[in-house]
Amino acid sequence: MKKELTCVECPMGCRITVLLEDNKVIGVEGNTCARGKMYAENEVFDPKRVVTSTVKLSCGGVLPVKTDRPVSKKDMFSVMKVINGACCKAPVKTGDVIIENVFGANIISAKTVE
Amino acid sequence: MRNYDIIIIGGGPAGLAAAISAYDNGVKSILILEREAQLGGILNQCIHNGFGLARFKESLTGPEYAERFIVGVKERGIEYLTETTVLSVSNDKKVTAISAENGVFTVEGKAVVLSMGCRERSRGALNVAGTRPAGVYSAGTAQKYVNILGYMPGRSVVILGSGDIGLIMARRMTLEGAKVHAVCEIMPHSSGLKRNIVQCLDDFDIPLYLNHTIVNIEGKERVQGVTIAQVDANKKPIKGTEKHFDCDTVLFSVGLIPENELSKTAGVNLSPRTKGAIVYENRETSVDGIFACGNVLQVHDLVDFVSEEAEIAGKSAAEYVLNGATEKEVIETDCGANVTYVLPQKINKNAGGNVKAFFRVSKVIKNCTVKAECNGEVIISRKKKIAVPGEMETLLLLGDKLKGLNGKITVSVEGETE
Ligand SMILES: Cc1cc2nc3c(=O)[nH]c(=O)nc-3n(C[C@H](O)[C@H](O)[C@H](O)COP(=O)(O)OP(=O)(O)OC[C@H]3O[C@@H](n4cnc5c(N)ncnc54)[C@H](O)[C@@H]3O)c2cc1C
Ligand code: SF4
Repeated sequence: MKKELTCVECPMGCRITVLLEDNKVIGVEGNTCARGKMYAENEVFDPKRVVTSTVKLSCGGVLPVKTDRPVSKKDMFSVMKVINGACCKAPVKTGDVIIENVFGANIISAKTVE
Repeated sequence: MRNYDIIIIGGGPAGLAAAISAYDNGVKSILILEREAQLGGILNQCIHNGFGLARFKESLTGPEYAERFIVGVKERGIEYLTETTVLSVSNDKKVTAISAENGVFTVEGKAVVLSMGCRERSRGALNVAGTRPAGVYSAGTAQKYVNILGYMPGRSVVILGSGDIGLIMARRMTLEGAKVHAVCEIMPHSSGLKRNIVQCLDDFDIPLYLNHTIVNIEGKERVQGVTIAQVDANKKPIKGTEKHFDCDTVLFSVGLIPENELSKTAGVNLSPRTKGAIVYENRETSVDGIFACGNVLQVHDLVDFVSEEAEIAGKSAAEYVLNGATEKEVIETDCGANVTYVLPQKINKNAGGNVKAFFRVSKVIKNCTVKAECNGEVIISRKKKIAVPGEMETLLLLGDKLKGLNGKITVSVEGETE
């Protein structure tokens, strides 16, 4: 069986074909790089996405954050709930962990605020 | 009046990369002028990821990508003024700006880099019938509300136009709990990146109606609903195809235009195709010593290309300051079949080196040949599986080949069209 996908790992958006046999990936074609291969293999069984959002800053405004790795697509809304319940204090640096272990990922800061 | 070697207008990714590149090419007296309170430009509100894969081999969010360049500017001690709006630029490179701190002031540069980015096309240009209630925003304005100010402009949304910002906002507002009913696009193809259709619409089962437009917006004080309809080949709504959605918000994502008011004050010649300056391969405009790069020059979809282009402009500005104007022997570029613009519009044969030409196609073309010709002779040609209007294409013109050319270089893309 063949499955056509669009890789979302980068803006190139390569059209990838995954060849499946007995529910196993036997081939990946059309990807430009190794990321694309990994994406395609995941995408057919358990699609994963990096979630980006914002967390309230106690001094006003918001801080952009992201999951430090992709989480299962089905858990995205649960991840959002945790993010929206959080609040954080400046100073904070890019990469600082804001919330630990949310569905297997850490929520990290995507900006430095002094 | 203070003098600088190079004055850079706009502190977005283009301005930042141009500053760093000018500095690294030997010019240290540089001033960046930025209207907003922070450097980084539009990237500050683009909190989604996908930036920088070509350049840094990792997927960064907009603020993370910008931060790498902001750090680069600060490390070099390059001067910048924020909350400072440039009002005019003269053709002899006097830059007049205003800020609360300094009032109105003029600085003079030996070279100027224009990097003001672009603005969104407004709804006014679109002639949608109905009332003008609250709840109608451009997608970029909505993005600023949600990602910088931290509040949601609405809960029940219809989006007109499938530009990237609209697609990104469809996902963003859905994740924040809003219901996005539909994205409608008047063209038969999306103007956004394919990946954004997949991860912003398909992931959340948000329908994309191609060949559709909004025919009416209802509501007195606040938007209460919209009606969309299919359009015919002349983009006229077809009776009987109307669909109605109850909603409190309408977002417009109908394209970006380079922000060239200042370029006009400097007397820079603009291209009717790109709506940005006409430039040489080194990104110099028709005015000696004034350079342009980033979205003010051509609307980019990838920030990696913006940085690359800005580095060319920054380096050229430094060379101009150090060596003065150069004698140019010019060949022009032109649009062939299915191509809407080619940049640079002019190439100086004396410059030497390879030239990367950027261009866009007018429609979806499959199994195509991308080609550059001069006087019927093919300079370079390349096969491509698919070319789409939403994605910028490139073609590398080799310096050795360029030297011997006389006449226009025409770029074309031919293959299977629908
Ligand atoms: C919503 C959106 C999503 C995007 N998504 C992606 C993506 O996923 N991946 C990717 O690679 N690229 C993406 N891009 C493209 C990329 O972000 C842009 O191409 C890039 O930011 C353009 O950089 P710039 O410096 O030319 O313009 P800008 O970032 O707009 O910067 C221009 C700066 O100039 C300042 N300015 C303007 N006029 C004046 C004045 N008169 N005086 C002083 N300052 C002035 C502005 O305040 C601004 O800071 C996206 C763009 C947008 C808008
Ligand atoms: S395969 Fe590689 S190059 Fe192609 S879209 Fe995926 S990440 Fe980008």
